[in-house]
Amino acid sequence: MVMGDMVDEVDVAVVGGGPGGYSAAFRCAELGLETVVIDADARLGGACLFEGCIPSKALLHVAAVVSEAERAKEWGVDFGEPRISLDPLRKWKQERVVGKLARGLASVAKARGVTVVGGRAVFEDSSTVRIEGDALRKVRFKHAIVATGSAPSPLPGEALRSERVMDSTAALELPEIPERLLVIGGGYIGLELGTVYATLGSRVTLVEMTEGLLPGVDRDLVQPLQRRVDRLFAAIHLRTKVTGLREAGDRIEAVLEGQDPQAFDRVLVAVGRRARSGGLGLEATRARLTDRGGFIQIDDRCRTGDPHIYAVGDVTGEPMLAHRAMRQGKVAAEALAGRPAAFDNVAIPAVVFTDPEIAWCGLSEAQAKAQGIETKVSKFQWAASGRAATIGRADGLTKLVADAGSGRVIGVGIVGLGAGELIAEATLAVETAALVEDVAATIHAHPTLSETLMEAAENLLG
Amino acid sequence: MPRQFTLPDLGEGLTEAEIVAVLVREGEVVGEDAPLLEVETDKAQVEIPSPIGGRVEKIHVAPGQTVKVGAVLVTFADNGGPAAAPAAAARPAPAPPGSTGPPPARGSAPGAGPVAATPATRRLARELGVDLRAVRGSGPGGRVLDTDVRGAAGARPAPAASEARPQPAAATREPATGGPAKPLAGLGLEPPPLPRFEQWGPVERQPLSHLRRTIAERMTLSATLIPHVTHFDRADITELDAIITRNFEPARARGVTLTLTAFLLKAAALALRAHPEFNASLDPAAGELILKRYYHLGIAVATPRGLIVPVLRDVDGKPVLEIGRELGALAQRVRDGRAALDDLRGGTFTITNVGALGGTAAIPIINYPEVAILGVARARQEPVVREGQIVPRLMLPITLTFDHRVADGADGARFATAIVSLLEAPERLIGDLG
Repeated sequence: MVMGDMVDEVDVAVVGGGPGGYSAAFRCAELGLETVVIDADARLGGACLFEGCIPSKALLHVAAVVSEAERAKEWGVDFGEPRISLDPLRKWKQERVVGKLARGLASVAKARGVTVVGGRAVFEDSSTVRIEGDALRKVRFKHAIVATGSAPSPLPGEALRSERVMDSTAALELPEIPERLLVIGGGYIGLELGTVYATLGSRVTLVEMTEGLLPGVDRDLVQPLQRRVDRLFAAIHLRTKVTGLREAGDRIEAVLEGQDPQAFDRVLVAVGRRARSGGLGLEATRARLTDRGGFIQIDDRCRTGDPHIYAVGDVTGEPMLAHRAMRQGKVAAEALAGRPAAFDNVAIPAVVFTDPEIAWCGLSEAQAKAQGIETKVSKFQWAASGRAATIGRADGLTKLVADAGSGRVIGVGIVGLGAGELIAEATLAVETAALVEDVAATIHAHPTLSETLMEAAENLLG
Repeated sequence: MPRQFTLPDLGEGLTEAEIVAVLVREGEVVGEDAPLLEVETDKAQVEIPSPIGGRVEKIHVAPGQTVKVGAVLVTFADNGGPAAAPAAAARPAPAPPGSTGPPPARGSAPGAGPVAATPATRRLARELGVDLRAVRGSGPGGRVLDTDVRGAAGARPAPAASEARPQPAAATREPATGGPAKPLAGLGLEPPPLPRFEQWGPVERQPLSHLRRTIAERMTLSATLIPHVTHFDRADITELDAIITRNFEPARARGVTLTLTAFLLKAAALALRAHPEFNASLDPAAGELILKRYYHLGIAVATPRGLIVPVLRDVDGKPVLEIGRELGALAQRVRDGRAALDDLRGGTFTITNVGALGGTAAIPIINYPEVAILGVARARQEPVVREGQIVPRLMLPITLTFDHRVADGADGARFATAIVSLLEAPERLIGDLG
């Protein structure tokens, strides 16, 4: 960077150090562009690493070990009752998992010459961003990439401010294991964190406004998870709203629509996430927000209405997934460097890291129908899988959606242990326009759960 | 079926025009080529002739209105006459390449959903500027393969020649040497933001005129897109100057002002015939050079509003006296703002003569999408060594600036030498002048 008049001049200013931001910055640096990342917390990793994907998966792994030990009793192996110590657990999550990965990202940035600056970034115009941090400074850029991500949505209406009412960020800190926990929201965040707390010993009550868990996901994929959480959670209330929350001593009294008030030790609000597009000074640029959701509007090169400003990740819309942001970050970096890049991906995998996991990519059966595509659908129940039998987890299903005319794989959904890993092969098939026959004729190792996709494909060929 | 006539492409990058007068009435029956409207662009006032014969059903514009290229001007009622040509704008778009194949696979709505192709193939399509939706996939399940994309890139038709132009018999393609044609890579350039000049002192912002903006856009396009090379030379025009002086009065008696420019035009046209790659346009998308078998030369004219380049048709076949006559009339029309549409488009090569304003040489920017431009500065008496003696000769500095994508330095040198030789042997230009 060239210093002068307190203004740094760079090729690319990346606003936000999450997966979208650091992927973009690293790619820019690879392409020889001088790049600075401006992050409110002066670090790379973002919500994903510090308050999302990574810490939640660490805790879910702990929950899986506890459940597995419990199930081992059926096989004649008894470890006794688990004794959970929160301090070492928190320390492991924070230092050995999150801390280690954060140090890794910082060293990559250093190796590639990417500078990370702390502070809140505010655009002054299409070529200048002001950084409000420890010291006020400005950065002049040829291009900027906005990657400010998303934040947990609060409950609509007047929110109760109490440390006992947590969002996902607070819940991942694992302040305690509450005796009774109310989870508001039956989406993936509520289910994942509800699973963690329930396994660690909380009595979890889950409330979901719509008529089913994981709205939008095929019901046959949700069913095995539904059966599992029915046993794991104390209660699940569907089609139910929380109409009142108030602090009562060291409890929270919650009113569930049509029921008497109930007392909980803590409440987790997991009703979704919203774009962090406000307060960035974007009105001083030609970038524009969508009317609904306040997302930054971008084209297929991730460029906003302002030719000098790109945007990637959660702040640009659904699906809010780290891996979408990472791909977009690379596209934006290449596009601004003049390369013919485009975010034209067909399949964006989604994974719910519950037990069992649910994962899908491409079109669901319902989406394909809505688009007027004539489909063939094949379902393979894991009860017929040798591998599933050996691990005692027959509660799985692999479902393949194919275009009836061309025989191409256009969507896959999987529920079962390790579905999040299994979906990778399906994503490759959809992205590369593979045929059902291609999947069926590819040798899959035996006995593995990956065979279930091959079996589903074979079923379609008849 | 009624037919709509839209404001045609006015050439020279003009995108809009003001309606000056409507020369027909609704209900009137007009003949093909009869004047319909008078419009004024920043360059000229032109009459727009009717593309067809027929009854005017509706007039959509009024004097004083500014309309964009493509806007509907007039609707013609159907006269049922099979001889009437359809209006230019009503012509259906050509079918995309490969569309004659079998129908798309059952079950997938055409145009809906993603195109079946791997990410690497999609990237290739972007690199080659191929619209994947227009490509029929030959792979399993209709998957578009790399070979399909490369095929579509090579098969893209070159832009159609002007419909008014008869197919020249000599328009045979140069033999291809490197297999199927491929498009050149694009640019993706963007100007960096300007500093805020206010921080150093007061500034004033002036909007650009339409013509200024057009010139700016076309010069940026040309200078950005075309790798320019300039070759310098000087022509001894002592003899030519004597011929002009000798014939000036006789020519004037015939109503022609004889100028050096008329001879430059003739010399350039004859040299172009021998060096066709300079009378051409590069089609980067198709990866082809379009050689034009006609020699319409543009002359850069400075007007108070800015640079205008009127075009003289078929210069190669016309006597110098005729070129001089047409040049005089054309320059007059341009200065009066009365140039016709065809006076301003269709050029294949441009000459810019800045000699009247002085200077020893100028490197002009190529008039896109042409391949070369001849710059001429002021002729001066100079001491020249001839057979061991220093003699005064009238020397004309010229520069030939050309597109290095199309021709190399040696080609440019040969072409420039051809022009110089013609100017130094004026008898080859004037056979008919006496």
